[in-house]
This record gives sequence, structure tokens and C-alpha cells, in this order.
Amino acid sequence: MSTFTIPPKGPLLTRGGWSAWLAAVIVLCALVPVLNLVVPAGSVFHMSDYAVALVAKILCYAICALAMDLIWGYTGILSLGHGLFFALGGYAMGMYLMRQIGTDGNYKSNLPDFMVFLDWKTLPWHWTLSDSFVATLLLVVAVPGLVAFVFGYFAFRSRIKGVYFSIITQAMTFAAMLLFFRNETGFGGNNGFTDFKRILNIPIATPSMRMTLFVLTASTLLAFLLLARWLVGSKFGRVLQAVRDAETRVMFSGYNPIGFKLTIWTISAMMCGVAGALYVPQVGIINPSEMSPANSIEIAIWAAVGGRATLIGPIVGAFIVNGAKSWLTVAYPEFWLYFLGALFIGVTLFLPDGVVGLVKKLKAKGGAK
Amino acid sequence: MTPDLMEQGARRIEARMAALAAKSQQTESGGRAAGIGRVVKDREVDITHGRILYLDGVNVSFDGFKAINNLSLDIAPGELRCIIGPNGAGKTTMMDIITGKTRPDSGTVFFGSTIDLLRYTEPEIAQLGIGRKFQKPTVFEQLTVFENLELALKTNKGVKASVFFKLDSAQGDRLAEVLHTIHLADSAFSPAGVLSHGQKQWLEIGMLLMQDPKLLLLDEPVAGMTDHETERTAELFLSLKGKHSLMVVEHDMSFINTISDIVTVLCDGSVLAQGTLAEVQADERVIEVYLGR
Repeated sequence: MSTFTIPPKGPLLTRGGWSAWLAAVIVLCALVPVLNLVVPAGSVFHMSDYAVALVAKILCYAICALAMDLIWGYTGILSLGHGLFFALGGYAMGMYLMRQIGTDGNYKSNLPDFMVFLDWKTLPWHWTLSDSFVATLLLVVAVPGLVAFVFGYFAFRSRIKGVYFSIITQAMTFAAMLLFFRNETGFGGNNGFTDFKRILNIPIATPSMRMTLFVLTASTLLAFLLLARWLVGSKFGRVLQAVRDAETRVMFSGYNPIGFKLTIWTISAMMCGVAGALYVPQVGIINPSEMSPANSIEIAIWAAVGGRATLIGPIVGAFIVNGAKSWLTVAYPEFWLYFLGALFIGVTLFLPDGVVGLVKKLKAKGGAK
Repeated sequence: MTPDLMEQGARRIEARMAALAAKSQQTESGGRAAGIGRVVKDREVDITHGRILYLDGVNVSFDGFKAINNLSLDIAPGELRCIIGPNGAGKTTMMDIITGKTRPDSGTVFFGSTIDLLRYTEPEIAQLGIGRKFQKPTVFEQLTVFENLELALKTNKGVKASVFFKLDSAQGDRLAEVLHTIHLADSAFSPAGVLSHGQKQWLEIGMLLMQDPKLLLLDEPVAGMTDHETERTAELFLSLKGKHSLMVVEHDMSFINTISDIVTVLCDGSVLAQGTLAEVQADERVIEVYLGR
């Protein structure tokens, strides 16, 4: 009885990890605002509005990739419907932004333009809470959370697993897309919501508002990263990985996997909802195409490219894929989809642990020499 | 007054007092002493009737094939029961029924005298105190040996409790003890995936021990083990006997010979013979099913 001692619980992040995290905070929340707002436009150090908008968009996507990692990377449940939760969060925020337009729309009506166009006289019931910013913040997490909870409850209780679960999530987001396309559901039909003017009565298109939203998005991502790290570092996180590796053993160890799956599934959906809510005011539009199955598949690709079950990997993956996308769609627009497909096949075949896994492997090789 | 009259009087008073005392204990239910009946506690295994597991008239069929056919079997507390039988005899299906994985078409399955196992789900049955080792060793390969054992540890297994779980020192000692019992202390922090087949078997047995079950169901526990490992497993099982009840399914006859008291032979989903290994091996019917007909 000698060799074994109980290890103390590890810190949330290692010293190196905290340094990297703090560096990210400084770069995103201090350096970027200075480079964009203070450094004059002629300088080589100036960060253009286009670059800021692009990074902001990718930061939102990175939140989705992180959420996908929790459910797919750690729990082994591949969702191909996470775009729905993203869009639901976006729509909740979009409704608030539509109400903020007030009477400044094309028809000078108190109602959103599309309702005037449809000849509606009053606000539908489901728009009741859209005037309140606080209620909107609540809806941004509550709506995706509730949809995920109800869907997950029935799916997990029926022990739907693997590819069947993926297909059903895909069907779920597709069905929702068709629903939102319809004018009579009251979400602006295929045009969705756009032409936002204000948020909290402050004009939305000013440089300072844009930078505020950018910093908010970056902070949210970094905070979610810590939250995710805390979750997967707990015994709860290890049960999730156990569900991924041998679910029957989890059950015969006395855990009911349904509760664990449902919890992480709902948390993941809520994260995506927040990402969507941050995305909409910065991009300025939300429409049902955000719910198209292809969008959800892309989220899975970001996670796979970066490296599943690494937390940082999917964030890296979101930047790599979307960076490549914004460059390729300008330089070689017709090849983008081929590139995406090739990337997915290549990563699946040659990089099962993604880019982060490759870096780790190279480091280990270097260390061994 | 004479002394004997005084004595008689004293005896009369004593008798009277005793009668009064007896009367005062009488209750509405007829004055029976308390303690004849016992209150059933939820999820507590009642073994006062000398049986920890009791199967009676169990039937299961898959698409018309009768996997379990009117099976009746019982196990005493602390017993180590070996189950043998040809392939397809229903050994694994029987374990599936006991652990809630398969629901029987008919029959009763009781854990102790009071717990009807057919009312519970797999995780609930595990929490009641039935541990199961699978035929193919099933451990969490990406987690370390230590984490595997920690997950199995008997504790509150709800979602919230797991988020805030912290190993206390008594649990840590228990974990260290099991690590030594299964001879894996040196690989405590290696991923379970790198262990040898025999070591994985040991780890899975260790996970069962962490659950502190009252009844262990072990499906081919020494398959793939070296002779030395098999020997150590036999020692372990013999040391568990008495404290836990064990049901061991094995094909390795020398292993069974080492550990067994009573051997039950299953064939075609029901009990064919039962007795010591020598007795069942001498049984004509057993010889027939093993050597072909």
C-alpha cells in the first residue's frame, strides 16, 4: 500500500491556461477597440470595420462550436440541429430590435413593417414580451432551452441514439425553418427581420455601439469557455464522457443517463441561443435560412476541424473554417463548397482529433526527441 | 397470622400485579408483543427469509424463440453460486432480466423478500445494490483507472450532486483499497483503454466493488485472463463470499472447481440440474447436453 495518493482536485485552468485566457481578454477587449477606434484609418495598425465585423461574426460562431463540443465532443451526441437554437436566440433578439424601430419604419407605423404589409392591425400575442429588453434577455435563453428540453426529454427517454438522433435533430431544424418561412407565423416570413435602428434606444450603427457588442461577444465566449471548463472538469463532465464511451456501464453504475444528457443538451442549446442573440444586432439581419440544415452541419464541421473534446479546439476550428470561407468566397466563390466538403472528409480521415489533436501530437513527438 | 398464610398472601398480590402488568400491555390488536412484524423500508433489502435473489416462473421469448423457459432459481445471502450451461442456455438473458435490461413476459423476480425488481429501471437496480460485470469488459476507456473507480463509487448519483461532487477522505481510502485489491495501483492514472484485457476485467470488478453491491452478477469474469490472474480472481471471489452474494457465469471448469459450492446448470432457459460440481458432472442429462445428443 504505497504508491498511490489521492490527487488534489486540479485548478480550473493551468497557469499557462490562465495566461492565454487573460491574453485573449486583453487582445479582444482592449487591443481590438483601440486598433479600430483610436488608431487612425491610414495607419497600418488600423483594424478596419470590416475586419471587426468579421471577427465578431466568427466569435458568435465560436460560441456555437463550443456548445457543440459539449454535446458532441464530450457526450458523443451529434446534433445536426444546433442552428435552430442559434436562430431562436437570434429571433428573440430580432423581435426586440424590430420593436425598437418604433415608427421609423417605411410605413411609419407602430407595428413592424412586415405586419403593416400583411395588413395586420395589432401585435400578435407572441410579440407581447418583445418590448422589454429584460424579457428579451430571458427569452434568448429560455426559448432555445425549452425547445431543447422538450425535444431532448422525449428523444432521450425513447433511447434514440447515434445517427437516428442526428437525423431527427436535422428534421427538427428543417421543420422549424418551414414554419418560420410562413408569413402567418408572424416572424417576417422569408425576409425575416432587418433594418434595425436602435438597441436600448441607442443607435445601433455607431462605431461605439458596434465595439460594445464586439466586446460583449468576446467576453461571453471567454466566460462560456470557463463555464464549459468547469463543467467538464467536474464529475458531471466525466459522467458525460462515460456516456459517450459506454452508456450501459453508466446505467449499471447507478446513473440515469437521461438526466445527464438532457442537462448538457439544454445548456448547449442555451449557449447557442445567446450566440444568436449577439449575432443578430451585429449582422443586422435574421431570416429562416439560419435554420437551414447546412448551417447546423457547418457547426459540427467547425468542432471536428478544431478537435472534439478539447474545448479550445472548436473555437480554433470556427476561426479556421470561417476565415477560409470569407477568403475563398471572395477569391474563388465557386469552390467554397468543394473546399468545405474536402475539409470535412480530410479531417475525418486524417485528423480524427482535429487541428488541436495534431498540434498535441507534434508537440509530443518534439518532446520525445 | 401464620407465616404460610402471609406467604400465600404475598403470592396472590404478586400474581395480581403480574396480571395487571400483562393487561396494561394489551393493545387493540389483541395484545401481541411488538416486533413480530417489521416495517418495510423503501429500497432496503430484506433477507430475513434467507433469500437475496428469487426468480420464479420467468419466461422470455424473442421473436418466438424461448430464451428463458419457466426459470426458477434462488440465491442465499453470502452465497457464491456458479452458473454453467451450453451456449444459448439463457445465462446472459437471465442477468439481463435481473438487472432490468430485459423485461420478462411473465414470472416474478425479487431482490430480498420485498423488492420486486420488475418495477425498477437499470440505474435504480444498480443503486439498490446489484452490480453487474459484462461478458465483454466494459470500462470507460478515455478516463483514467482512478476516474473509472470514482464514477462507480457508491454516492448520490444525481446530476446536481455530480456537478458539485468532491471525493472525501473516507471515499479516497476506499478507492485506494480497491485499487490495491485489483492490483492496478501502479496504473491508477493511465487511461483505462491502454490496460490489457485481463486488467480491464479486473478494473470492471473493481468498479463493482466501489458500488458496494449486495449481489454481484459476474458474466465470464476470467475470460482472457492468464492462469496467474485467474488464480488471483478466484482468491478475490472467495474473500468476497459471505460479505456479498455472488452469481458467477463461467465456462472455465477448473476455475469453477476452485470457487464453487453449488453449481446450477442452465439449459434451454431453465434449470437442468443443481448440486456440487462433482454431482452435476455425474448427472446423465448434463453430460448429454454438453456432449451432444
